Formats: sequence, C-alpha cells, structure tokens
Amino acid sequence: MTSVRVLVGTRKGAFIMTADGKRDKWQISGPHFGGLEIFHLKGSPVDPNRIYVSQASDWFGQVVHRSDDGGNSWTTVGNEFLYDGVPGTHQFYDGTPHPWEFRRVWHLEPSPVDPDLVYAGVEDAALFRSADGGQTWQELSGLRGHGSGATWMPGAGGLGLHTILIDPHNPDRLFIAISAAGAFRTVDGGQSWQAINRGLQSDYIPDPEAETGHCVHRIAFHPSRPDTLFMQKHWDVLRTDNAGDQWHEISGNLPSDFGFVIDVHAHEPETIYVVPIKSDSEHYPPEGKLRVYRSHTGGNEWEALTRGLPQKDCYVNVLRDAMAVDTMDPCGVYFGTTGGQVYASADGGDNWSAIVHDLPAVLSVEVQTLP
Amino acid sequence: MIRVIVPHHLRNLAGTGAEVTVEVEGPVTQRTVLDALEAKYPMLRGTIRDHVTRQRRPFLRFFACMEDLSHESPDAPLPEAVATGAEPYRIVGAIAGG
Repeated sequence: MTSVRVLVGTRKGAFIMTADGKRDKWQISGPHFGGLEIFHLKGSPVDPNRIYVSQASDWFGQVVHRSDDGGNSWTTVGNEFLYDGVPGTHQFYDGTPHPWEFRRVWHLEPSPVDPDLVYAGVEDAALFRSADGGQTWQELSGLRGHGSGATWMPGAGGLGLHTILIDPHNPDRLFIAISAAGAFRTVDGGQSWQAINRGLQSDYIPDPEAETGHCVHRIAFHPSRPDTLFMQKHWDVLRTDNAGDQWHEISGNLPSDFGFVIDVHAHEPETIYVVPIKSDSEHYPPEGKLRVYRSHTGGNEWEALTRGLPQKDCYVNVLRDAMAVDTMDPCGVYFGTTGGQVYASADGGDNWSAIVHDLPAVLSVEVQTLP
Repeated sequence: MIRVIVPHHLRNLAGTGAEVTVEVEGPVTQRTVLDALEAKYPMLRGTIRDHVTRQRRPFLRFFACMEDLSHESPDAPLPEAVATGAEPYRIVGAIAGG
C-alpha cells in the first residue's frame, strides 16, 4: 500500500514521520542526531530507502550521513568539501574581498537516475557533486568561476547555495539559486553556467536589474514542465516559461510578496503554493495569521488557505527548504515552521492539520511517496 | 596507550563511550594523538580539526593534566602522564546556551 515519509530537519536533530495513504495517523521517529543542527535531508528518487543528511554544527563542523534502509540506521560518509584550485574571493558584508570558506551544506539533491549521484549546495556558495554515494565530493567550480563570482555577497543568513533542480528529461541541465547572487543554469552537467535573472527587480541592490546580486529564496518547477520555473525572491514572486531567460512577476493579490518557500502541486503544473511573510524586517506572517496561498492559475490570482492553520497570534517563519509535496492523489502538501510545527494537508491545501506541534525550529521538510 | 576523552556528539558519531584509547608510535604530541584518533575513527575527520589546515575547530578545546593546551604547538610533547596513560587527553566542546 502506498505510504508517505516526511523527512524533517531541525535545529536539534532530524525527525522522520510516516503515514499510510490517508495521511491522518502519523508515526514519528527521532530525534536522529539529537542536539545537532540538521540543515537538510532528502531521499533518492531511484532508491527511496537511501537518504542523505546534512548535519552542521558550529562545534564539530559538517558531517554527512547516509541511510540505506529508510532511516533506520545511518552511516557517516564524506565531509571533505574542498574548493577546486585556488578559491579566490567573493565580497564580504563590508564590501571587501573575502576568501571563499566552506561553512556548511545547505541542501542535498540526489539524482533522479542514479542513487550514488548526489549534489550538495554549500555555503560559501558552491556546488559539489558526489558519484559514490557521498563518500567523496568534487566541486563543480565552473559556477564560482562564472564571471560574477567575485562580486557575490552574502545575505544576512550567509552566502548559501540552497536550491538545486535537476531537469528530469535532461540530467545535465540543472538550475541552482544562491542567496544573494541569484539563479543560474547549466546545460552541460555543471561545467559552465549562465546567470538567469533577467526580469528580476531588487531595490536593495544598487542596480535593481543587475545580472546578479538578487536574493533568490527558492525556485521550484513541475517535473513535466522544466522550462517553467517559479521563484520566491526576497521580495516578489515570479515565473519564467523559458527556463529562466526572462522572468515576470506573479505576486498579484498576495498580502505580502515576501517569503521563503514556493512549491508546485504534483499533478497540476499551474497550481503553486507560497507562504507570505510580512516583511524582511518582520519574519512572521501578516496579521499573525499563518496562511498558505494557492494559485490555480500559475500566479497572479491567489487564494488564502486557512482551514486548520492558526489565524491569530501566530508569529513563526517558514524557511526556504521547509515545504514539500507528495505525489499521492489528492496531492499532499507539507511545511514546517520555526515554531516547531509540521503541518500537512492531504487534499492539496484545502484542510491542514499539525503532524507535530513542538519540534525544535524546522529548517527543512521533504516528503517521499513510497510504493 | 593514550586515553582520549571525547565530547558527547563525537562519541555518538564514532560509536564509542566517553573514553577511547589509541596507540601512538614515536613522540606523543597533540598532532600524533589526534592523527591516531582520526585513523582509528575516520568519521571524526574534519570534526575536531580542519581537513586542510589541521587547525583546531574554534569551539573545541584541548585539556590535559588540568592545563589548557589549546594554544600550545601541536608538535610539543604532551605531559608524561598522558603519554603513559595515567591521565587522559580531553577534547572539550565550548559551553553555550540555546
């Protein structure tokens, strides 16, 4: 019988939540790696029992774990992320050149075709690749070597590469996003890269239409339409229908177009979800109401989804890697908050309930649909 | 035989108890002890010292015989009591709230 497995990374460990296809009764295991910051964990689409975990700690640095049995047991794999060649510099907060320094893995993206192939997006922003199940990592340095690399500057949260999308029809085509450099595309497996930020407007940088420097928070696509990307930027929600060559804004009637997450319904490529956040100075929902907004029209026209979500006195945030969808029918939608709640909807967002209320602050949410 | 006390999270990572033992041939220094520890428990590589520079991670300290050795040369001999196993070499995580 089909079931789902939700993988949750928090400030103090990882949690794994499972349910059958009805998605109303949940079993929770964890904390795995209790007390340690789990930035992200994600399963292989090819072998769902293979799960990769990024554990980051100010004390003990980066550790990567792998499970080959769906999270019942873990093996520590490679944690040596060495920049290729002489790393050079990017801009620091004060505008001075700052040497590239590895800090943590923000996001792990397993290949859709090979369980041993996995990508890692790291801070300071770079893309690494492992072809041996995470044992060894090699930088795809063409990204940092993009002509703009020396001008990239961190946002307050760090210079992190947080989004990795792999075109399921062409695994050599990848899209990535960096805060605060922007979105980039490769069509040759990561050897060379092109900035894809035309159409973005960011008033917080000297040239609001610059080629790079935009604080992209998240991009998402539907696997059947990899030329159509949706973006939640620091401000503004946008879409492109030509793989990033040109973006246009679709914020429409959102109460705020600031936010972090964006995702796409598993069966409706024009149905998308965001969680508006009041502003970049106030990282909580407008009016203290936690609302997911859904558009059935690929943007511009949005409806608030509130049933089962707190509609007063709610001041949590939903971080950029903390929303996911399953592929059940109807589609399940999941997100986690900095208040430690993980909410699930088994009907595409119409109704919500909390799987759990009191976890540590949630950093990431992924979901696997299991046969 | 050198006794090494490791902090909670590294015990979990290495699958050990609080104290582990390592063998060091030749001079017993912080470098040779940590090299031996990482050789015996490869999963600890990068968690105590930087992979490349071999510098101590900033939030860790190294103590032995009631002395803070964190800023000593990694190649300086450790106290005789550590070399003989009478006293442990301690890897300590910085205390912190949150």
